[in-house]
Amino acid sequence: MSSIISLSGIQKYYGDYHALRGIDLEIKQGEFFSLLGPSGCGKTTLLRVIAGFEGVSEGVLLLDGADMARVPANKRPTNMVFQSYAIFPHLTVGQNVAFGLRKKGLSKDDMAKAAAEALEMVGLAGYGDRAAHALSGGQRQRVALARALVLKPKVLLLDEPLSALDKKMREQMQSELRRLQRQVGITFILVTHDQEEALIMSDRIAVMFEGEIAQMASPQELYRRPATRRVGEFIGVMNFLEAKQTGTSEKTISFDVEGLGAAEIGIDQFPEGARASADVVGLRPEALSILFEGQKTSGRVADATVQDLAYYGDMTYYEVTLEGSSTPVTISMKNLISRPVLERGTKTRVQWDERSLVIFAA
Amino acid sequence: MNWLRVYAIVYLVFLYLPVLLLPVFSFNDATVIAFPLQGFTTQWFKELAGISALHGALKNSLFIGIVSATLSTILGICAARASTRYRFPFKAPIMGAIMLPLVLPEIIVAVSLLVVLMQLGFSLTSWTVIMGHTLICTPFAIAILSSSFQGLDQSLEEAAVDLGETRWGAFSKIILPLVTPGIVASFLIAFTISMDEFIIAFFLTGADPTLPVYIWSQLRFPKRLPSVMALGTLLIVASLVLLSVAEYFRRRGIRRTGAKDSGGFL
Repeated sequence: MSSIISLSGIQKYYGDYHALRGIDLEIKQGEFFSLLGPSGCGKTTLLRVIAGFEGVSEGVLLLDGADMARVPANKRPTNMVFQSYAIFPHLTVGQNVAFGLRKKGLSKDDMAKAAAEALEMVGLAGYGDRAAHALSGGQRQRVALARALVLKPKVLLLDEPLSALDKKMREQMQSELRRLQRQVGITFILVTHDQEEALIMSDRIAVMFEGEIAQMASPQELYRRPATRRVGEFIGVMNFLEAKQTGTSEKTISFDVEGLGAAEIGIDQFPEGARASADVVGLRPEALSILFEGQKTSGRVADATVQDLAYYGDMTYYEVTLEGSSTPVTISMKNLISRPVLERGTKTRVQWDERSLVIFAA
Repeated sequence: MNWLRVYAIVYLVFLYLPVLLLPVFSFNDATVIAFPLQGFTTQWFKELAGISALHGALKNSLFIGIVSATLSTILGICAARASTRYRFPFKAPIMGAIMLPLVLPEIIVAVSLLVVLMQLGFSLTSWTVIMGHTLICTPFAIAILSSSFQGLDQSLEEAAVDLGETRWGAFSKIILPLVTPGIVASFLIAFTISMDEFIIAFFLTGADPTLPVYIWSQLRFPKRLPSVMALGTLLIVASLVLLSVAEYFRRRGIRRTGAKDSGGFL
């Protein structure tokens, strides 16, 4: 399958400010792709470059194989859902949705029909005659989606579309967006600063820092094998422990990990470009578990003291220090009826699995 | 607390009593402007209908008012859009210079304009008054229109372009309809300002005086005073109506864009 979007060597300067530093990106037809990063990382700029609202200083942007350098925003086969939704407040919902259709040379009836279908698709059937400025946030979001999707773009661009919604509404829209994307089969590019949202929704994620793509991978790959310490920190929670290399064999490298002791890490666990002499390893909170009394061990074990805890109902997050280490380590435990919630200061033992240790690229 | 209330009342009386006396005396059946009132009459209003110089001045003022209001509103649209939508070098000093006539003493503006126009060899006509009035009305137009443009989401225009419109199409189909109430308000307020502006009109007017200049010239004749009062009454009513209409349009505009009301004149 060929790429619907192909970016190579995209550079963008605003005066002296280097907003995009050489972006190379291939996005496949029908993919749900996310650009994830903290504010100011260039993700929105990149989206606006694709939409045609920003020119590039250097580099080539191909959309479905066609060079977009000389194609203005209004002629590109992309449509955007804006962060503020940008619903035209003086028009009705139906007029908003039909706005882009007027240029397509459709008859009045066809336009009305297409607009009504689009509204139905986003769950707003029968809202056509309502005044746009009287809608709620979630409804505006849907109108913005319908307005863009009714034009059947090759790529739909979403600029933090869920950030203005409350938590419940956001979760609902996340699954609806996913469903909608599968239904229409259009490539979606989502810009978000919310790592959880990116993990839930995307087929693939590009994590961006300071105008560069730090890692591009599937959600699982990104969570389990973050390429750098910064990616690991940005996505989910990650513990970092010092490690000293103690020996090598053909397939493994031995480390002495702070507080955990000896660990043998398979060569295949190393990402490309990782230094063999990694001085820090990462561990997700679920890679460690607390050994409750009477529980059998099935892995390596270390001694620890509970420093603090956060009780979430279904889960408890413990902050512990390992014996012989002062680095606080976060452990997540599912709360079961048979498990007590430990108190601060409790001495306990933790179990861990060396296969879940993460080594970072330099 | 009580003193503040008294102060507020005294303040309002001081501000509006003279204005309220105008209609009172315009219906008073005496040529002398003094209490006690002599009786009710509408003869001063009737007299107004017979003065042809007044009609000429009124026509002249209406013409100047409409042209100045149109020009300053067009200039205001350009400046308000530029200042709310774009960043450019020296923006603050440029906007400051445009808004300055708002606080400059009018007499200074009027005298300087007169000197410059004479030096350039212009003869004084209604058009020289229009130039002066456009100068002082434009800052008001910008102030009103800026609040209209500021309330607009910047993405609206991009969204229209994204949906296939050209830049001009986006401006005319989305931005203009949304700021139309502001444009109407700006036009009406600029028109009102031009209509009752005296100093600049006095200095720059040629053979045909504007209404305020005509009124001033009539004050020399005590017998004309009551009819001037009647004219004043009519002007107050007309101004109030125009300002209310302007404010109505400004508020409607804010409601339509769903923005928050910040400022305004009434």
